[in-house]
Amino acid sequence: MTFLGMPLLRSTRHDDQEIPGGQGNIVEDESFAKVSHQHLSNQQLRNNIGHATATIRDKRSEVVAELDDWEALREAGSRAKNQVMENLPEYLAQFEKNFTAAGGVIHWARDADEANAIVTELVEANAPVLESGRREVIKVKSMATQEIGLNEHLETQDIDAFETDLAELIVQLGDDKPSHILVPAIHRNRDEIRDIFMEKMPDAGELTNEPAVLAEAARRHLRHKFLTTKVAISGANFGIADTGTLGVVESEGNGRMCLTLPETLITVMGIEKLLPGFDDLEVFLQLLPRSSTGERMNPYTSFWTGTTPGDGPQNVHLVLLDNGRTRALADEHGRSALNCIRCSACMNVCPVYERTGGHAYGSTYPGPIGAILSPLMTGVEAEENGSLPYASSLCGACYDVCPVKINIPEILVHLRGEDVEANHSPVSSQLDTALTGASWMMSDGKRMAAAESGLPIAHAVAGDKQINSLPGIAGAWTSSRDIPALPEKSFRQLWAENEARAEGEDDER
Amino acid sequence: MKIALFATCIVDAMYPEVAQATVTILRRLGHEVIFPEGQTCCGQMHINSGKFAQAEPVIAAHARAFSSTEWDAAVAPSASCVASLGHQQPMVARRMGNEALATEAADIAGRTYELSQFLTDVLGITDAATDLGSYFPHRVTYHPSCHGMRLLRLGDRQSDLLRSVEGIDYVELPLADACCGFGGTFSVKNSEVSSAMLADKIRTVQSTGAEVCTGGDASCLLHMGGGISRFQRTGNFEGTPDVTAVHVKQTSGRVGADDTTDGLTAVVGADDDDHRVPGEQGTRPQEPSLQQSGLRVGQSTVHQARILASTKEDPLRVQSEGATVSGGSLR
Ligand code: SF4
Repeated sequence: MTFLGMPLLRSTRHDDQEIPGGQGNIVEDESFAKVSHQHLSNQQLRNNIGHATATIRDKRSEVVAELDDWEALREAGSRAKNQVMENLPEYLAQFEKNFTAAGGVIHWARDADEANAIVTELVEANAPVLESGRREVIKVKSMATQEIGLNEHLETQDIDAFETDLAELIVQLGDDKPSHILVPAIHRNRDEIRDIFMEKMPDAGELTNEPAVLAEAARRHLRHKFLTTKVAISGANFGIADTGTLGVVESEGNGRMCLTLPETLITVMGIEKLLPGFDDLEVFLQLLPRSSTGERMNPYTSFWTGTTPGDGPQNVHLVLLDNGRTRALADEHGRSALNCIRCSACMNVCPVYERTGGHAYGSTYPGPIGAILSPLMTGVEAEENGSLPYASSLCGACYDVCPVKINIPEILVHLRGEDVEANHSPVSSQLDTALTGASWMMSDGKRMAAAESGLPIAHAVAGDKQINSLPGIAGAWTSSRDIPALPEKSFRQLWAENEARAEGEDDER
Repeated sequence: MKIALFATCIVDAMYPEVAQATVTILRRLGHEVIFPEGQTCCGQMHINSGKFAQAEPVIAAHARAFSSTEWDAAVAPSASCVASLGHQQPMVARRMGNEALATEAADIAGRTYELSQFLTDVLGITDAATDLGSYFPHRVTYHPSCHGMRLLRLGDRQSDLLRSVEGIDYVELPLADACCGFGGTFSVKNSEVSSAMLADKIRTVQSTGAEVCTGGDASCLLHMGGGISRFQRTGNFEGTPDVTAVHVKQTSGRVGADDTTDGLTAVVGADDDDHRVPGEQGTRPQEPSLQQSGLRVGQSTVHQARILASTKEDPLRVQSEGATVSGGSLR
């Protein structure tokens, strides 16, 4: 067994250099402000996402309101996850023992490269080379394999991976990237999907844009693959430490097919997905479907514990993936981000995500959780990941809906602090300079009073005119907003004058 | 009661009339108001920019100012600043290794209230007309700021007080719980996303036909007023991305009111009929005209303290009555 070791809590950020960051599809290569610019003016995207998130938001709040004990459930979910994070090495050891005893094989991957190499080896050993000279695997939607860029890697190794989840299929056929963790094709509407299918499924024939017609086309396209492919690759929603069981929840039944029909099943799971025992599922199987699809229960729930003779895959593997999770765990202020169960509720309520879409976050993990998870896994120094914590107005809607109570706004602010320390450029920006000046002034009421004593002069110069345009960084404000004329006097001045007058009146009496 | 006023930096420097209105309300209820000298700011601007080292002396200044005199309760006309005192100041002080400051900050925060919170929870005011003599015969809509809603859990405290003002024509704001896009330095660092949020917020404000939009945070109102002013000046959301998912539609019957004027309502996202919206980039939506959106008299933002302070004897005047509106803010 590989012992990951319990990282020490770090007191200063210099220690974390020793813990390697994650790699793969979790790095923003241009700043959020720059990337979002392209997406902000896409009317189609705004309509599709606006409509989809508004619908799912409403569904979620309806089913959540049905439960009197929702807050207690959130509390229980958060507690169970915190317990796992505090004792992760022990739970991992326990899980490995039980999973192995039940006939499964565990592989440990420190990063994306290691995980991709392990999966490639397993596929080469178990999937036959077809007439085309290539091998084939089927896949169940999985965030972990997106994160490590598995499909792209397999492609270079002459292995074709077929996504079987409808939305993932749309993304894959459209040579696109997912923009939402639950509804990867949320940025597409029915017309676009029909066009993609007609172009990429030669046997599909003429299609309409009706959901039933589109689903049927996908079903026909996939059925043959389910029945003939020897190897399937999945992710996992849960790993139960005290039994060594893995679990996947899904809506379409494609997961069940992948998990039961092939001879070999390879699962890639982040080390943080563990739960102590089966009892914990009572909480999580209530929290997850209601938060994610707005359903009381998801249609398909599959669990497997190693192998069962004569039933299901006989060759069962699990790749346990770190890829920066240990790094996030070592951050005492950020580690609760690992509690995430990928329900996507936070992105559905996020006003920033609603306008930029998921691609602007440059990562497999978009929206509020992505804005903290990506930099926590890679470090804020990685490329432009330091820009992600600023991609929020800190409105707090994400924290309110998170089923495991991750205080996303607080972690965003924490990571801004990390960014200030790490990415501080020698040339300070105008905003930095302004904030430095403000700190000096606001550290002392007398200095602030002195600054405000300039108001009458400023007012005399500018008069009653409002401010419609300013140069430099302030121009970012006046690009879309006017500013009121400055008042003649600050409240502080008015108060002092009134006090003086009142005292004068008292003296006269 | 001896009440210490925490004016907040933005009100002190930009909106002195809001602090004055707060003092007026508290004095009308028979309380003594003091203004602890040396107060500056809650430090949120620096904290939310990740500048914890620069925030520490600002937090210390607040602690110094509010521990230098005796008082029974502190009151601020801002949910966001009050939330920052409790949710952020101790945390930042602790991170800077200043445990003594963390304790002092937490103690002050525990005795500091947002205005509506103080009026409702501490003084038990339920009816602004009866208890405060509040009078404001105008159509008003209300934006509940994020930090009041989600950090202080103000619930209906602010809107209930407003509804009980004599003469008020209170109109519900559609999609009220959506953030206006201010977010401090967010409005500068991610100005375009912020502007897109702002434009959608203004569209919903317009759809109410209200003469003023009120709220409990001067910062959000400054932001929204700035957007309203820009729209009224230029006739469009100049400077914002050209697209929106908020569609203002003509409806018969007004939102949330009992008169029969035709009005507008705001919905998010395309509905099924709209899903064939052309995919070109930058389709500027058809904005309702000023006439349609009931903006004949101009629209502005104003802090709720001024509405609560307004009486029959000394009424707060609006633009149609000759009051000045500057940068979208009612003066
Ligand atoms: S952070 Fe919370 S709300 Fe967001 S996806 Fe994870 S569990 Fe869901």
